[in-house]
Amino acid sequence: MDVLVGAFPFMTANFALLLEKTGEHLVISLIPLLAAIVVGVPLGVWLGHIHKGEFLAVSITNIGRALPSLALIAILIGIVGIGMLNAMIALFLLAFPPILSYAFQAVDSVDADLTKAARGMGLAPMQVLTKVELPLGLPMIISGIRTAAVLTVSSATIATIAGSGGLGDVILNQVAYGMEGVIAAALWVAVLAILVDQVFVLLLKIASPAGVKHLQRAAVAA
Amino acid sequence: MSGFAPAGDPVIPDYGQASDCVINNGFFCTDWFASQWSTVFWPPLVDHIYMVLIAVVVGFLIAFTAALIAYRKKWLAGPIGVAATFLYTLPPLALFQLLVPFTGLTLLTVEIALVCFTLVIIFQAVLAGLAAVPDDVKRSAVGMGLDTKQLMLKVELPLALPSIISGLRIATVLTVSVATIAAFVVDSGLGSPILKAVSSPFNTQFIAAGALAVLLAFVLDGLLVLIGRILTPWTRVRI
Repeated sequence: MDVLVGAFPFMTANFALLLEKTGEHLVISLIPLLAAIVVGVPLGVWLGHIHKGEFLAVSITNIGRALPSLALIAILIGIVGIGMLNAMIALFLLAFPPILSYAFQAVDSVDADLTKAARGMGLAPMQVLTKVELPLGLPMIISGIRTAAVLTVSSATIATIAGSGGLGDVILNQVAYGMEGVIAAALWVAVLAILVDQVFVLLLKIASPAGVKHLQRAAVAA
Repeated sequence: MSGFAPAGDPVIPDYGQASDCVINNGFFCTDWFASQWSTVFWPPLVDHIYMVLIAVVVGFLIAFTAALIAYRKKWLAGPIGVAATFLYTLPPLALFQLLVPFTGLTLLTVEIALVCFTLVIIFQAVLAGLAAVPDDVKRSAVGMGLDTKQLMLKVELPLALPSIISGLRIATVLTVSVATIAAFVVDSGLGSPILKAVSSPFNTQFIAAGALAVLLAFVLDGLLVLIGRILTPWTRVRI
């Protein structure tokens, strides 16, 4: 218990250090996340739009879920060597599967009656995608991104074994920072993960059209 | 036989017998893997299986009970869901370290954290499965004279089984993966050969341990699929 209390004086005394490590942490987790969004969302949405590649999306998710982040980072030490690049590649590989599969399911599972009705009203396939499928699928796309975001922020702590910096440096260096430091950094990472998660919840609220708000309330609660 | 040579075995063991693959740190050295299997890989694999099974079973018991309560008392579903999601969001490594001051560098620390990760998945799967039971079916069961307990045991739970099994599958696969991180806390599980190999990067050890974890995940996943098929014979009846 004393150590837990001791974590807070550590935070104030080493605020600059924690801030610097948080900066590194965000760099190594958010850049791969953004890359995975840029690649995964359009690909998943497009596959969902043409209703093809379900096998691909499902198997990528299964493999991605089974892939231990520690093993991935360790294997990449052998291939890429140590440093930030290693961590970023590993985190990209971890973030990509949930983003792709959620994006795919989001668009693929849009009620066929709705898309047919939209076509019947004279919308072009592209308009069906942007005006019907994307707004309806948005909650699910965002929840895929949330899953991936939490995953990258939490896995980035392990990436420190590849010498990539971040808050894992403090968590895994009890010799230098003491148990207080370890606990302080662990609390810090936990709060960071929750904050990143909440940022995307907020983003969903801002970005979504009013017409589908009630659908999203159910999705966010789940 | 020179006068300087000691009798019997050399004092310094001869390490010069490694294969080219090991010397050059090749991508995967089958010979090394085979010779080290019984000491480096098999014991962690067994530990890993135990770790995962305990976590999933305990997690299932807690989450299942919580889901049954939340199903009866709807207003509880929100708070329990939020609490479970919160535990799920915490990074595994952070959770391990936060527990260390209380439970020490023990297996208990690891299990508590692993159970926390399974909770949200199993809880939601059970609740979703129960919620998806059609009202018509429930009403006809009540009409046939089933009481609340019979309704749960004979109608609602069997119909929710596919959803429960799929939740268990996700939770198991995820736990296999997260359990590798337990090696930071206790020297156990497939994470420990990985961590030990980090200081002198030896590819075979990384890849073999990582591959074993992935394989274990798939095997356990397959077993659960099989159990699901045995438990729900009616889903395969052709009409």
